Formats: sequence, C-alpha cells, structure tokens
Amino acid sequence: MQLNGAQILIRTLIEQGVTDVFGYPGGQVINIYDALYEYKDEINHVLTAHEQGASHAADGYSRATGKVGVCIATSGPGATNLVTGIATAMLDSIPMVAITGNVPCSLIGKDSFQEIDITGVTLPITKHNFFVSNVADLADTLREAFQIAKSGRPGPVLVDIPKDVQVAKYDYESQPIVEKTPLPKVKESEIDEAAALINEAKKPYIYVGGGAAGLGLGADILAFAEKIGAVIGCSFMGLSAVPQDSERFLGMQGMHGHYASSMAQNEADLILAVGVRFSDRATGNVAKFAKKSKIIQLDPDSAEINKNVRVNLGLVGDVADAFARIAAKCKDSAKPDWFHEVKALKAEEKRFEDEIAAANTAPLTPKQVFEIINATKPKNTIIATDVGQHQMWTAQYVEFGGARQFVSSGGLGTMGFGLGAAIGAYVATKQPTVLITGDGSFGMNLNELATAVTYKIPVVIVLMNNGVLGMVRQWQTLFFGKRYSNTVLTRQTDFVQLAKAFGAEGVLAETPVEFKRAFEAALKSGKPTVIDARIDKDEMVLPMLPPGGAISDIITKV
Amino acid sequence: MENKFVIAVYVDNQAGVLTRVTAMFTRRGFNIDALTVGETERREYSRITISMQCDDNAKTQLINQLKKLLVVKKVEVLEDEPIKRELMLIKVENRSENRSDIMTAVDVFRASVIDYSTESMCIEVTGQPSKIDAFVKLMQPFGILEMCRTGIVALERGANTLFND
Repeated sequence: MQLNGAQILIRTLIEQGVTDVFGYPGGQVINIYDALYEYKDEINHVLTAHEQGASHAADGYSRATGKVGVCIATSGPGATNLVTGIATAMLDSIPMVAITGNVPCSLIGKDSFQEIDITGVTLPITKHNFFVSNVADLADTLREAFQIAKSGRPGPVLVDIPKDVQVAKYDYESQPIVEKTPLPKVKESEIDEAAALINEAKKPYIYVGGGAAGLGLGADILAFAEKIGAVIGCSFMGLSAVPQDSERFLGMQGMHGHYASSMAQNEADLILAVGVRFSDRATGNVAKFAKKSKIIQLDPDSAEINKNVRVNLGLVGDVADAFARIAAKCKDSAKPDWFHEVKALKAEEKRFEDEIAAANTAPLTPKQVFEIINATKPKNTIIATDVGQHQMWTAQYVEFGGARQFVSSGGLGTMGFGLGAAIGAYVATKQPTVLITGDGSFGMNLNELATAVTYKIPVVIVLMNNGVLGMVRQWQTLFFGKRYSNTVLTRQTDFVQLAKAFGAEGVLAETPVEFKRAFEAALKSGKPTVIDARIDKDEMVLPMLPPGGAISDIITKV
Repeated sequence: MENKFVIAVYVDNQAGVLTRVTAMFTRRGFNIDALTVGETERREYSRITISMQCDDNAKTQLINQLKKLLVVKKVEVLEDEPIKRELMLIKVENRSENRSDIMTAVDVFRASVIDYSTESMCIEVTGQPSKIDAFVKLMQPFGILEMCRTGIVALERGANTLFND
C-alpha cells in the first residue's frame, strides 16, 4: 500500500502497539498531525501545553506501564523543548521514542527557519538517535527505534524526520511488534560463584534498583530474601518494586534513605545488587561505601560493573533469568541474628523519627500529610512527584501498593517533571493518580494543568507549599551558614485561584483535618484538584548523608 | 597504574559515526592520545584505531562504553605488541649549512624528501611513533616550519583478524 511518510509513521506506531502519543503540532510536523487526524480512531493524541510536558508525559506513561512512551514535536524549539524530558528518561533508563519533524532535506544545514540539529543536540542524552533522510527507510528505522528503546537496558531513542520525507510516498506493509533483543544468559559457573558467596554470607542485603523494578522482580526478591534470611533495601529508583508490607523491607538507602536501610547496608557482609548503578546519591563516598561487604552485581549493562563501586562479582546479561537461577541454588537459612540486628536498627530509626515528629509543632507537617495520603489512597494509586524535599518525603513515607506506582525523576532530578508525568501515567493506566509537588517545582510546568482539565484527568495535586526552595534551603541551612541566596519565594501566587483559573479545583489546607477533607474530596471529585498544603519553610528531610560523606557522617537531627 | 595501549574498533561506515564515538570520550572524560579512522576490508565498516594511556579500570570502562554504542560492531585491545605504523609529513627550513645533515637524517631514517624548494624541504617519514618522535627531535635545530602526523594504525601479528578471534 502506497502511503506518504507521515502516514507510514503513524501506521508504524499503531503497528508497534502504540495507542497514545503526546505532542504539540508545528510547521514541520503538520503532515504528521494530518495523518494523526486520519487515524484518530486508532491512536489517541494528547495535546500538552508545552513540548516538555509531552516528553514527561511519555516518560510517565512508560514508567507506569513498562510500555514505550511516545512524544512528537516540531523542529527547532519544539525539538529542543523535548531535551529535558529525553535526558530525564535517559538517566532513569526509561524506554521512550521521541519523534521530531525537521526542515526538508534541501534546507538542512542552511540555518533555515526552526532548523536545529536535534540528533546532534540529543547525542549524549539518547540511547541512540536517527535522522531519516529517505522515506524507504522510515518504517524500519521506527521499528529499530522501538527495539532499541525497550531492549537490554532501556532508554530513549529520537527519530528526526525531515518534512520532505513525511511527504514522499512509499510502500507500507504492516509488521509484527518488534521483540526485545534477547540478553545473553549468565554463565553457569558465575551463577555457582554467586550462590556460593550468598550461601557463605551471614548478613545478606538485597539491594534493589530501577532495573529490578522494570523487570517486575519484586515478589521473587521478597521470596528469596525470606528463603536466605536477607533484608531488602532499595535505591530511589527501586521504590515500589518490592512489596513494602514485609518486615524484611527497609526502604530506600542513601543520602535521604531510611536510617535502618543505610546502616544495614553498611553492616552487611554481602550485598546482592539487582539493577542498580551505585549513583553518588546512593553511595556517598565510594571509598567508604559498604566496606564490610562483598558485592554481587546483576545488570544488563556491562559498563555498570565496576563503574562507580568495585564489586566482587559482576554478572552481566539477563537479570531475571540470572536471579532465578541463583535463587534456585541458594540454601534455606533463617539468620535470626542478622534479622534481630536489623530490627534494632529499625527501632533506632523509629526513635529518631518520633523525636523529630514530637519536636515539630507546625500546624501541618509533611509526616502528617503522608500519613493521611497512605491511609486514604486506594491501593492502586500512582504517585508522581517533582523534585526536592517533597520528593524525598514521598520516597521515605509513601506506602506503595504495587510495582510501577512510583513515577519520579531520579537520576536527572528534573523539577517540573511531575505534572506531565502524572498525566502520562493516568492516560496509560486510568488508575487514581496523585502528584506530590512543591511550590518551586510546580511553578516550572504548571501550564499542564490546562492539559489535565482538557482531557478530564483527575490528578490530585498535593502542593507542599512552604514558600521556599526547600531542598536548596536545607543545604544552605546546614552547609552555607543560613545564607538563603535566592531560595525564598516572595511570590504572591494564589494557587487555589490559579487552579480555578485553569478550570481545575483548588483548595487550601493548613491543618491535618483540612488536608484530610481536601484529599478525600479530591479523590472522589473526578476533577484535577490542587491542594495548597501549607507547611513550614524550615522542615527538613532527615536523615541526611552529606554529599560525598560516609555513613558515619549521617545527620539524624538538627 | 597507567598503561599505554591500542584499541581497534569496527564501526558502521556511515555519516556521524565518528562523532558518536568521540562524543562518548568527551562525555565520559576519557583522554586519548591519537585516533585514526579509515576504510577496511569490508565496505560496510570503518576501523578506528585509538591509542591512549590509562589505568585498567578506565580501560575496561572505555571498552564497555564503546560496546554500548549501537554503531560499534567490534572492539578489541591489540595485545602483544601489534604492528604499529604512523606517517608524518614535516616541512623544514632548507639552509645550505644544514642541508647535508638533513639529507643524512633522511637517509638513516629511511624517510624521503617529497618536495624541495630553495627555502624548504618536505619530508615523509613512516614508522613506529617512537621513530617519528626521534625524527622530529632531530629536525628541531634546523627549523621546523610545519608538520602533521596521522596518528597510528595497527594490526595484530599473524593470521588473526578482528573478526575471527
């Protein structure tokens, strides 16, 4: 069947199982939008307020489902507006395909109107990218893009399509959805080596990262921990991967991790790291990280082995398969001493927390906000966040009900990520969706409220409003002698009125009672709602490992 | 400990491939001494030869990061002293009092004079990088006007090739 390039693009997206795309029209994608109009019964396009919102929505869509998120933007500024979203996906290994239009091939390189070398711009922030100069290559290039995005360690792929290629005609034939490229299986001898190390261990700690979350290994990891008497901690990206109601689950470790989780990692004699990359925020000073422990690392990416932390055994390949084979070779062992040691750490953690909570006399505290959210939210609620203190409190306090419920920018730490991502997550799942944000982050991309209203996306936005850029302020308090340079927001924004101006609901909450009422009503309302939850400007995220510090430097109170 | 070594990389013979490879070096902070690129026995591939020095960790990381690039088909460290060659063109001042010394050096180094004028001589030298270094040093007193070096190309000794290892 002869189709033009734009039609081939949309048909190939449909063929590859894409049901929703996020984007924004423009001069060099008019043909693509014309094809979207033609096939609108088969593929849903969500018009965002800004291309950045589209990129975060595609990312949130992927995080909530594991499917490849797709966003579309025009050339030049449209394409560059995707950059932050693509980089966010890259740093967290999120499968995404970004489609950009470009000026016709005859105008490439001439500094034409809205011409940008977007493949050049995105070179270091994509897993791979393509410039399609011939319509004959278009469909196969797109198929390859999907395959690259989802195979091995996932990541974003950009496909830049000049206008003349969108117009040119070529034969199109539908093909099956591309399969992930199979990963090599880890050698039996290495599996044996891993099992031997685990069987020798007296204090095993399973360290779960985004890689394990992406593979849905949570229940297997928990069963394995029970079998070998291990405890489980996770990196930020590993949150929501493991069922949290188990006593063996200690939560996030690292800079703002749970005290017991970080301490247990430091005390462990064996760390089984599954799909983690030992980020500096997770390890602190690598020279002092987990010195008492042997480390086994499972990852699909060989470049992650020994990149940041030296490991005793690095297993590269099919992580799920390797994990299952290791588990089958390990002996049952209860290790009650280790479990008691960890329990004591947990008790200590609770004491710190209670002390901090007791000393806090603010009318509404972050802890209270999250207790209400945990008690109220349906089990299948997706929690998206922006970046800053609210994000770390979310990571510490939220009890996730299942895998893929945590949608947050870990590696890049993208303020302004949350609202677009929450919209994407809701479009993908239609599950209850809550965005936890702060007044700083929300201010960056709140224009996407318009999108939530247009598409009737009932995202509940918990705006933890403290009138400051809280995380930077916290560093200024602790490390810069309280010199609050440019972190006090003396803005006069009325978020309740702002929400209403967008056609959303807005409500102020200054006490736990008000917040509970507002949150319950927002979940029931079926409308996007901003809850302007006022918290104190000097709230801190604790504990805190100072950047580059060791576990002994942990700050548990101020 | 830092070691000197040579890496051969087979990449897709397409536009923009060299950019992807060198951009990765920049982004990851790898410092390379020299890099050459050219056609191979297979039309669809180019061969990049990289010479650099770093410790073993950095070397492993470099190889793994190279393998992650989708345009990279094969990466190999050329162990056991591969055959290495480099070519240099060097233009030196042609003064009568130095001429015979220059010509002697050309003779001893099995170099050749490929351009000659009353003011200058252009000399072509091929060999191991150390030989080229020595020749440059020898020419310094005579006045080097201009020079360019290709960087090394290297192959393993014996019948082994990158694809049948």
